[in-house]
Amino acid sequence: MTPDQPIIDWAWVGRNLDLLLEKTGEHALITVLSVLIGLAIAIPLTITVRRWRPLVGPVLGFTGALYVIPSLALFAFLIPITGLSLTTTLIAMVGYTLLILIRNTLAGLDGVTPELVDVATGLGYGPGQRLWRIEAPLALPVIMAGIRLATVSTIGLVAVAGIIGQGGLGDVIINLGIHAFFATPIIIGTILAATLALAADAGLLALQRALSPWAGRRAVDG
Amino acid sequence: MIAFLGELGAWFTDPAHWTGNDSIPLRLGEHIGLSVGGLGLAMLVAIPLGLFIGHTGRGTAVVVSASTIGRAIPSVAILGLAFPVTLTLGWGLGVPPTLLALMILAIPPILTNLYVGLREVDPELRDAATGSGMSGRQLLRRVEWPLALPLVLAGMRTAAVTVVATATIGAILSTGGLGRYIIDGIAQQDYPKMVAGAVLVMLLAFAVEGLFAIIQRRAVSPGLQRQAGPGGVLATPEGRAGGG
Amino acid sequence: MISAAAPTASAVSFEHVEKRYGAGPPAVRDLSLTVPAGEICVLVGPSGCGKTTTMRMVNRLVEPTSGRVLIDDQDVAGLPAVELRRRIGYVIQQVGLFPHLTIGQNVAVVPNLLRWAKADVAERVDELLLLVGLDPETYRDRYPAALSGGERQRVGVARALAARPSVLLMDEPFGAVDPIRRERLQNEFLRIQDELGATVIFVTHDVDEAIKMADRIAILDVGGALTQYDTPNAILSAPASPFVEQFVGADRGLKRLSLSRVGDLPLDQPLLARVGEQRAAVRARLPDDGAFVLLTDGQRRPLGWLSREALNADGPLSDTEAVPGSALLQPESTLRDALSALLAADVQSGVVVDAHDAVLGTISVDAISATLRVDPA
Ligand SMILES: Nc1ncnc2c1ncn2[C@@H]1O[C@H](COP(=O)(O)OP(=O)(O)OP(=O)(O)O)[C@@H](O)[C@H]1O
Ligand SMILES: [Mg+2]
Repeated sequence: MTPDQPIIDWAWVGRNLDLLLEKTGEHALITVLSVLIGLAIAIPLTITVRRWRPLVGPVLGFTGALYVIPSLALFAFLIPITGLSLTTTLIAMVGYTLLILIRNTLAGLDGVTPELVDVATGLGYGPGQRLWRIEAPLALPVIMAGIRLATVSTIGLVAVAGIIGQGGLGDVIINLGIHAFFATPIIIGTILAATLALAADAGLLALQRALSPWAGRRAVDG
Repeated sequence: MIAFLGELGAWFTDPAHWTGNDSIPLRLGEHIGLSVGGLGLAMLVAIPLGLFIGHTGRGTAVVVSASTIGRAIPSVAILGLAFPVTLTLGWGLGVPPTLLALMILAIPPILTNLYVGLREVDPELRDAATGSGMSGRQLLRRVEWPLALPLVLAGMRTAAVTVVATATIGAILSTGGLGRYIIDGIAQQDYPKMVAGAVLVMLLAFAVEGLFAIIQRRAVSPGLQRQAGPGGVLATPEGRAGGG
Repeated sequence: MISAAAPTASAVSFEHVEKRYGAGPPAVRDLSLTVPAGEICVLVGPSGCGKTTTMRMVNRLVEPTSGRVLIDDQDVAGLPAVELRRRIGYVIQQVGLFPHLTIGQNVAVVPNLLRWAKADVAERVDELLLLVGLDPETYRDRYPAALSGGERQRVGVARALAARPSVLLMDEPFGAVDPIRRERLQNEFLRIQDELGATVIFVTHDVDEAIKMADRIAILDVGGALTQYDTPNAILSAPASPFVEQFVGADRGLKRLSLSRVGDLPLDQPLLARVGEQRAAVRARLPDDGAFVLLTDGQRRPLGWLSREALNADGPLSDTEAVPGSALLQPESTLRDALSALLAADVQSGVVVDAHDAVLGTISVDAISATLRVDPA
């Protein structure tokens, strides 16, 4: 990293295309897995706390505290148990998605107009049917906004796991770039990660619109 | 587990970790110094800029791009990019790139929230204020700023938490701070040291959250305090800025 | 009702004023009118006819494209806008109370901008809250969120009056409250204006409100043209154009009732009885042809009517015996409002009360209808 070096060493990029592709895939995979596992936990948990309202405070308090723990510290807590493994990255990432996913799912379901819930009950929907047929579809834009936010912030956080060699493009930025005093992997890794984030954001937004065509465009753009 | 907790306790009570050039007070001081510095620099840029854009409604593209960049670029990448920049500028390693990265990371949440806070002021209130004979400055100081304050403080809290978290990662650029214990602990496979560092960083992050909760209660007019009940949407439009 | 102008009131004049927003047709077109000092001028007209625009040119929230707006013969364009606005009261429909300031601080906004001494501001705030019927001890330190819509409107008026403005601009100030509360607010404002004597420009959509509040009404047509500017009486008896005629409505005869107030008619004085009084004593006062007695509490506030039969027994009167239901009226209520209140309550006469709800007398449907038969000219 000296002033006379070119900003991007294209020869290096050419030699490492396979690696970059692999790391991008890995980054995307960790993100998708984290958000899916996060949803698998957050949705049942939200439905549960909606039944037992006193649990809302503790659940949001706990996931909120988890959210505030700096990622490197969270990795450090996990390493003695799960080592320098992909599991460590995954557990931490899932932990960070929980607050966003639970809060938005809760806000989405609670935000359904009470009259509509009333009408549905009056029409003879059972509680389960009402949740799936009425409340969930109406809450979808807000839930999807949570998924977008969780996905984009996970893409940013995964990179930190490059410190333990399990961070997808973070490995490229940290281990090949920063540690090697070599600017090219830093820049390329950043561009790939940012592209991934913007693509995921745009893709999820499109999905959200396709799934809830009735929702006004403004309402879902959060 | 019990044995590990014993080792952890021993690490904390070891007098060697309380003095010298790798001591807890020193690392904590470095960490706070970096964080306050990064946040302070960011405020110096973001607040005047946000006030101008929010009050006049000119230059909104700046806010939109800042908030997009803030969301899309990982904090690690900002640290990584700051590194060749400061090297090229001849500012060297360690503190300068970390400080630069922290500042860049902290700008978007403060700027966006300040802008949104000012823009969301009810036009009727602006009208009432102007009609009562307030000058532009008085409108900003007496009406727009206090009404935007809850969002501004929420943005600063997000920024502060992000900065504390990223300052930890700054250890990979051979900065000081509490991240040193974690990075060195991983490298030396010294788990008590690593976990001790994590405990300290976590406590610091919690303290920052607590501090902002207190500031929020003190500084925001009681007329604007809504119960921060559970179930609301995320407090800031940013969420967690760029990770960390 | 022409109120005596306070020494501070100022005349407001528009001279060939035109306002265009962008390239479109003018919002206000060649407007010339003078509001004499101390009068209430009401601007009415269909939506979008430029009422708000006209009003906002007075405090320079809008600058005219051409023509002049004068306050006491001074062109407002030559006055510094900020100082000008501090001596013009401004009330808007949405009230616009600052949510982060207490009620007291809201009322104190303009005095504070004018850097009054602290003690003077505090005194003035309490004085104004009392004036608009809000107990200072209860309301001063509350925040707007804790107030009802009607209470907020009152605070809005108090805030506009704080620095003793010589001109008061009110843009649909009572538009956001229900009709009953609006009637009360109108009455209260007329009572305040009697003492205040400011020059008031008042915007409304509601012709009845215009007739009730106005010394003079300015009727604007779409496109910002002034079609008639005259006293309510003259507008009702001689509409200047088919537009005005249509605008004031087919029931002009009935609307004339809005020109007079309950207080303008002689009130009947019913026989009053107080709670706790011995029936025998009341019976003794009751004339042979009297069928009813009005029962009041210790402060002369009406509780309801008692029939002659109810007095036949002995012992003191209790407050549960009266038959409630008679409409309560205020001297400032228009005859039209009074009539509809009486018809709605299905009663023959209503009790008129003062600002403290004490009985002033009663007024009957017959007395009101009789005014319709008298030639108004
Ligand atoms: N700031 C503005 N920019 C452009 N056009 C405006 C602006 N303010 C008002 N107008 C236009 O000028 C015309 C008059 O508006 P104004 O608000 O004065 O009407 P109004 O009589 O007060 O209507 P309403 O009874 O609905 O309050 C309308 O056609 C309106 O659209
Ligand atoms: Mg208007």
